[in-house]
Amino acid sequence: MTSADGFSSVSWWRRLVNKSMTILILVAVVLAIVPLVFILAEVLIQGGSVISLGFLTHMPAGPTDKTGGIGPAIAGSFTMVGIASLISIPIGVGAGIFFSEWSSSKLSTVSGFMNDVLTGFPTMVIGLFVYIIIVLTTHEWSAFAGGVALSFIMIPIIARTTSESLSLVPNTLREASMALGVPRWRTIFRVVIGTGKTGLLTGIILSIARATGETAPLLLTAAASTHYITNIFNQPTASLTVLIYNYGTSGFPVWEAQAWGAALILILLMLGLNLFVKLVIGKNLTEARME
Amino acid sequence: MQFRLRGDTIATMALAAAALFIIVLLVGLSYELYLGSSTSIAKFGIGFLVGSKWNPNKNALGALPFIYGTLVTSAIAIMIGLPISLGVAIFISERLKAHRSIGYLLGTIVDLLAAVPSVVYGLFGILVFAPLLSKYIETPLHQFLGFVPLFSGSPFQGGANFFSAGVILAIMIIPTMSAVTRDVLHAVPNSQREAMYSLGATDWEVTQKSVLPYSRSGIFGAFVLGLGRAVGETMAVVMVIGNIPSITSNLFSSGYSLSALIANEFGEASGLYRAAIVEVALILFFVALIINVFARLLLWRMTRGTQVRA
Amino acid sequence: METRDLKAIYGKLQALKGINLKFPENKVTAIMGPSGCGKSTLIRCLNRIHELTPGAKVQGEVILDGINIYDSKVDPVAIRRRIGMVFQKPNPFPTMTIYDNVVAGLKLNGVRNRNKLNELAEKSLRMAFLWDEVKNDLKKPGTALSGGQQQRLCIARSLAVEPEVILMDEPCSALDPIATAKVEESIVELKKEFTIIIVTHNLQQAARISDYTAFMYLGKLEEFGETVDIFENPKSELTEKYITGKFG
Repeated sequence: MTSADGFSSVSWWRRLVNKSMTILILVAVVLAIVPLVFILAEVLIQGGSVISLGFLTHMPAGPTDKTGGIGPAIAGSFTMVGIASLISIPIGVGAGIFFSEWSSSKLSTVSGFMNDVLTGFPTMVIGLFVYIIIVLTTHEWSAFAGGVALSFIMIPIIARTTSESLSLVPNTLREASMALGVPRWRTIFRVVIGTGKTGLLTGIILSIARATGETAPLLLTAAASTHYITNIFNQPTASLTVLIYNYGTSGFPVWEAQAWGAALILILLMLGLNLFVKLVIGKNLTEARME
Repeated sequence: MQFRLRGDTIATMALAAAALFIIVLLVGLSYELYLGSSTSIAKFGIGFLVGSKWNPNKNALGALPFIYGTLVTSAIAIMIGLPISLGVAIFISERLKAHRSIGYLLGTIVDLLAAVPSVVYGLFGILVFAPLLSKYIETPLHQFLGFVPLFSGSPFQGGANFFSAGVILAIMIIPTMSAVTRDVLHAVPNSQREAMYSLGATDWEVTQKSVLPYSRSGIFGAFVLGLGRAVGETMAVVMVIGNIPSITSNLFSSGYSLSALIANEFGEASGLYRAAIVEVALILFFVALIINVFARLLLWRMTRGTQVRA
Repeated sequence: METRDLKAIYGKLQALKGINLKFPENKVTAIMGPSGCGKSTLIRCLNRIHELTPGAKVQGEVILDGINIYDSKVDPVAIRRRIGMVFQKPNPFPTMTIYDNVVAGLKLNGVRNRNKLNELAEKSLRMAFLWDEVKNDLKKPGTALSGGQQQRLCIARSLAVEPEVILMDEPCSALDPIATAKVEESIVELKKEFTIIIVTHNLQQAARISDYTAFMYLGKLEEFGETVDIFENPKSELTEKYITGKFG
């Protein structure tokens, strides 16, 4: 078969560009994946060597004491994320419903805009804010303050994912329900939310995962601690993230190793939540990605 | 009738209250920041924004080094992160069309990066990555390209400098940017690609001239998302940037950022110094606000002329 | 252009089961048949667009000017320039102006000379019967036109690179009757310079504008001949049933 002119006459330059771009694209993919593999490997190897039941339950010890543990930090993280969820889920979902169902109201537009500004807002500033309004007034570090700070980060995310999920529910469902005489509030809570509940749940779980990994908001609200707390309103509270920060920058090898261990636990928690969402709920997660 | 209306009214009010809460939150935030920094604003005025000396002992405070640090690290992060994110997105969405499951797997792996908390990035950065960067990339760059002002300083062993912080930030924002871009590219109708192919275009030309222009606004959205994240990021930066205020073109010098300063100094600050740090937070607040508003404006302009989906 | 024993697979389905068809030069050939008969697949094989679909495979030959376009030495990118395609739904590039849409293919192939571009743009737009309507608005975005105009823009776009064959996949199915009439008008003019192959499910359209008709059924070529013959004296019973509307 002869290659007549016009049958393979794409200019060499165009072919070169095409090939080069393919190579560049592959390079990009490699560059994106290598750090991930690297980080996860490090965390696994360094952190894995420290993990034990004692590590997970003991209280922290001195910088050269290998028997120290991260028990209070784990408990503290759970506690504060719990407090944050209790606050942020009702408010976030509520606001999200309002955005979606009363989308034409002025309140909705203004609040929606502000919500967008707050999404992905610098978390250090949020921490500072909560310090001013809670810590300064109560004169205490507290798990409560930490929880509130985390909730301010979670609310915009939940509000947005809720609003987007509910907007996807076709209007015909609302109309059908109202036409049957179902009052509006029932329509919303039964029909609309019922249909959109996977999206809602996804957003909530992802924001919980996000809150678990936050450090900056806790620095100025719950600070750090070496004890399990007995009161959420007046004691500084340990958290996995702040512990990792403090130990990691301490310069003491034993503490640094423990920081890796805490990082491993933290990552397992967050990966677990993310994978749970992907596998069990398995929806397209664009909205949730708009952190 | 009565009963139903009451149910509706209560529900509406409760939901509206939730929406109102958000407004209160943002307004309250700006108010407190303003209040907390008022003494500092009164004392330093505009000089605060352009002053480059940060000397708490002499009460001579200028926040320029921190603004500079935030901008430089974010710029590095975007310059490295955006092309890589684009590449990953193009690869998954355009080149792996025939192998959808591999694409999905790859996408999941990249998304997993997003699940790594910033403090772990910081830990990895300071204990592992920055020293490596310093040894294998920064030192050679300084050796061979030292005449370029960017690389003029000799990097310390630990590698805590603008460059390392920028690179870590890049790694952090890649998953979000690539995920958003991936979805955007995916949304381009196939008929657009086929139209370009049928004119006799190579794979890259189809991507470059048809898919990417169509997704312009979405890609811009991804860019803004990444930028916002980079600007506001605290932990990874504070652990890797060196925490020494400086304004220099040398990327291998230690530096400082707005959020890192707040993290480090606020705890023990008092009086005027504390107010100054709150003012730094106020600056960060405005930066985040401006990025957000600016992005919306540009997005609006970009989608105005053409009927491309945002 | 002709096909020899053309087979196409789409996933697990064999969409084309060995098609042998000769398309007469400078004539309009219509490909017709009930849904799922493979007519779209056939036309997409003719310019190697079918293989872009994941899971699609092609066997057999498609000959253009004596050369098999599926030969391994042939670059699909090069071949697609010589065979133009117009799609069912008008798909102008939304981020480009009318002018840029028309010359998109030319620019791809390295034509940079402004004058040449202007010249070819005007020529193509005239051939698509669109020039008079847009000559003062060339800087407007491609999507600012009506549906029928957009389709004629897509035709102009494919004409600009001066192909030998133009493939059309139900080009009028998304258009109203007036727009359809305009497109059909241009097709009849175009056959003077190009070979046109058009897939259509509209019997009247085939009768109006085509010189030859191929009737397909379940992936096989049932009958082929001059349009008048097919419509008045169909040789196959299936053809007759289709034409008289007994099934669609």
